[in-house]
Amino acid sequence: MPESVILKVEDLKKYFPIKAGVLRKIVAWVKAVDGVSFEVFTGESLGIVGESGCGKSTLGMTILRLYEPTAGKIFFDGRDISRLPSSRLRPIRKEMQMIFQDPFSSLDPRMSIGAIIEEGMAVHGMYLPRERVEKVQELLEKVGLSRDYARRYPHEFSGGQRQRIGIARAIALHPRFIIADEAVSSLDVSIRSQILNLILELKEEYGLTYLFISHDLAVVKQICDRILVMYLGKAVEIAGKRDIFSHPLHPYAVALISAVPVPDPDYRVDRIILRGDVPSPINPPSGCRFHPRCPVAQKQCGEIEPLLREVEREHWVACHFPGSLELKRKR
Amino acid sequence: MTPNLLEVKNLKVYFYDDEGRELKAVDGVSFSLKRGETIALVGESGCGKSVTSMALLRLVDSRGKIAGGEVVFNGQNLLLLPESKMREIRGKDIAMIFQEPSSALNPVYTIGDQIVEAIMLHQKLHLRRAREVAIEMLRLVGIPAPEKRLDEYPHELSGGMKQRAMIAMALSCRPQLLIADEPTTSLDVTIQAQILELIRELQEKLDMALILITHDLGIVADMAERVIVMYAGKVVEEGNRFEIFKNPLHPYTMGLLNSIPRVDVEKKRLDTIPGVVPEPSSFPVGCRFRGRCGFETQECTQDPPRQSVSSTHSVFCHHWEKVKSINPEVLKNAGISNS
Repeated sequence: MPESVILKVEDLKKYFPIKAGVLRKIVAWVKAVDGVSFEVFTGESLGIVGESGCGKSTLGMTILRLYEPTAGKIFFDGRDISRLPSSRLRPIRKEMQMIFQDPFSSLDPRMSIGAIIEEGMAVHGMYLPRERVEKVQELLEKVGLSRDYARRYPHEFSGGQRQRIGIARAIALHPRFIIADEAVSSLDVSIRSQILNLILELKEEYGLTYLFISHDLAVVKQICDRILVMYLGKAVEIAGKRDIFSHPLHPYAVALISAVPVPDPDYRVDRIILRGDVPSPINPPSGCRFHPRCPVAQKQCGEIEPLLREVEREHWVACHFPGSLELKRKR
Repeated sequence: MTPNLLEVKNLKVYFYDDEGRELKAVDGVSFSLKRGETIALVGESGCGKSVTSMALLRLVDSRGKIAGGEVVFNGQNLLLLPESKMREIRGKDIAMIFQEPSSALNPVYTIGDQIVEAIMLHQKLHLRRAREVAIEMLRLVGIPAPEKRLDEYPHELSGGMKQRAMIAMALSCRPQLLIADEPTTSLDVTIQAQILELIRELQEKLDMALILITHDLGIVADMAERVIVMYAGKVVEEGNRFEIFKNPLHPYTMGLLNSIPRVDVEKKRLDTIPGVVPEPSSFPVGCRFRGRCGFETQECTQDPPRQSVSSTHSVFCHHWEKVKSINPEVLKNAGISNS
C-alpha cells in the first residue's frame, strides 16, 4: 500500500523583521525557519527536535498559518494552503489542531472547562448545543477526566489535568492532524508518562497523524516513527527513529544524542561536548550553519551550504561528510 | 573513618497556609555527605527537595519555619548559629547555584561587580586583587575573554554563559560544599552536557562536595555517587547509584524508573504511576505514597520504618521484600540491565 502524504512542506521560510530607530525601519531579519522541506505520511508521528532557537516552534506555528509564511509552500491533503485567505482556511483548521506546551496559559481562566472544549465545535457548527454538552463529557472521559469537570475552571486543575483538557479540546473537532509543541515538557516524570501514553492511545483510536515538536529526544523517541533534526532554521537530518538513534549521520545529531543523560549507571557513551553556543539566526554562519561548532568540519564546510540528500534509504542528511563523527556507546 | 562534612538529622520544615494549617513540606529528612562526595536529591515537584536544600542554609521564606532537626556542618549545628555567623558560611563554605541564572544575578550590576563583591566580602581582599581572582574564576569556568565579560551585564550573556558566570560566582570563595538546584534544567542538552562536565571538573579541582537536586534520573545516574529519593516531604529510599538504579526497593523509585522514556531502550508503552502527587495539606497518614501504590495493604497506614538492606542502602516501605522479589522482571521490562 503506498503511503499517502497528509502534509508536505516545500522550502518553507519564516523571517521576522527587526525594527529600529524612530521610523521603525527594518534593519535585519531573524531567519527562524529558513528553507525547510519534508513530508508527513498519514498515520505516522514525525518528531521535530532541536534546541532553543532552532525554529521548531516557529515551524509548527507557520504550518498552521498562525504565522504567515515568508516563502515556500504548505500542502495539506495535496492542497496548497500557504496563501489561502482565512475564510477558506477555516474548514482546514478543523482538520489540523494544536496541543500547546504550557497548560497554564493556553486555557482561558474565565471559561469553564466545558466551554473551552465546546468552543471549537460551536465555531464549526458541529452538533446541536444539547448534543455538545454530551460530547464534552464523552471527551473528558476519553482523556481520563471526570465528566463533572465540565462545570469547573482551569485554576482548579493540576498541570497534568490541564494538559488532558488541552488534548480534549484538540481532539474535539475530529482532526486528522495534530501538532503538539512541547506537549509534556512542563510535566513531572510520573505525570508525563501518563500523558505520553494517552497521546499514543488517541493516535491509535482515531488514526491521528502527529507532528510532535520537542527538545526532549527520549520523549520524541517514545512517540515518533520518524525524526527530523533542526539546527538554526534548517533541517539537518531526517530518518526513521531506529536509524537516527542507532547511527545518526549528521555531526550535530550525533552530539545531541550523545549528550542525553541515560538513567543507567553502567551506560557509557563518548559524550561529544560541543563548544560555544548556538549562533544567532539573524546572521547565521556561511556554508554549513553548524561548521563553527562542528568537531569534524573542513574547509569547504564554511563555504558551501550542504543540501539535504538521501544518504541511505529513507535517511536524509545535510552534511558534506555524513557519518564522519560516530556515536560510540557501550554498557 | 573520616567524619562527615554534613549531617542532616531529622530535618523538618513546616509552612503555614492562609487558614493557618500546618504544611509539613519537609518532614524528618536525614542524610549525610562526606568530603568531596556527590549526592543527588531526586523527586518530583513538591517532594521537598529544594526546600530541604534551602533549609541547609537556613533560607526558608517567611511563611515557613525550620521546625526541628539538626544540620551539622563540619561539626557545628548550623541551626544554632547566630545569623551573623551564618552569613559568613553562606557563599563562603557552602555555595549554591540555581535553575534560573537570571534570577540569581542582579540585572543592574555587571557580572564583575557581583563576583568581586562576594570575593571582597568573604576573602577580605581589596578591589584590585578581587578583580584578578574574578577574572581567574571566569576563565576557570570557560568564559572566553573574561576581562571583557567582567564588565558586561547579565542580559548580555547567553543562558549557558550566565550559568557559567553564576558557577564562577558560587565557586569564587572555594566552598567545601556546592548545592546545585536543577542547575541545567533551563538549558539545552548540548549546553547541559557542557555545564555538567564543568561542574565535575571543578569539583575535582577544588575537592568540593556536591548536593545535586534534580528531577532528571539520567543526570543522577551520570553524576551522583549516592542517591536520596524523596516523595511528599520524606526520604523514601537511599542508596548508592547502582543500588538505586539496579535494585530499587521502594515502589515509588521503581515506578519513576519505569515511567521515563529513554534514548537507549525501546519501550512499547511506558509504565505509569497512577494519580498525582498529593498536596501537603492532604498528605496521607502513614506511608505518603499510599493511594498510588500497587503494594498497599492495611499496614501502610502506619509510618514505614527505615529498613537497612546494606550499609549504604535503606528503604522506607513495609513491603520492600515483595518489591525486591518482583523487581528483576519489572526492570527488564523497563530496559534496565540487572546483572
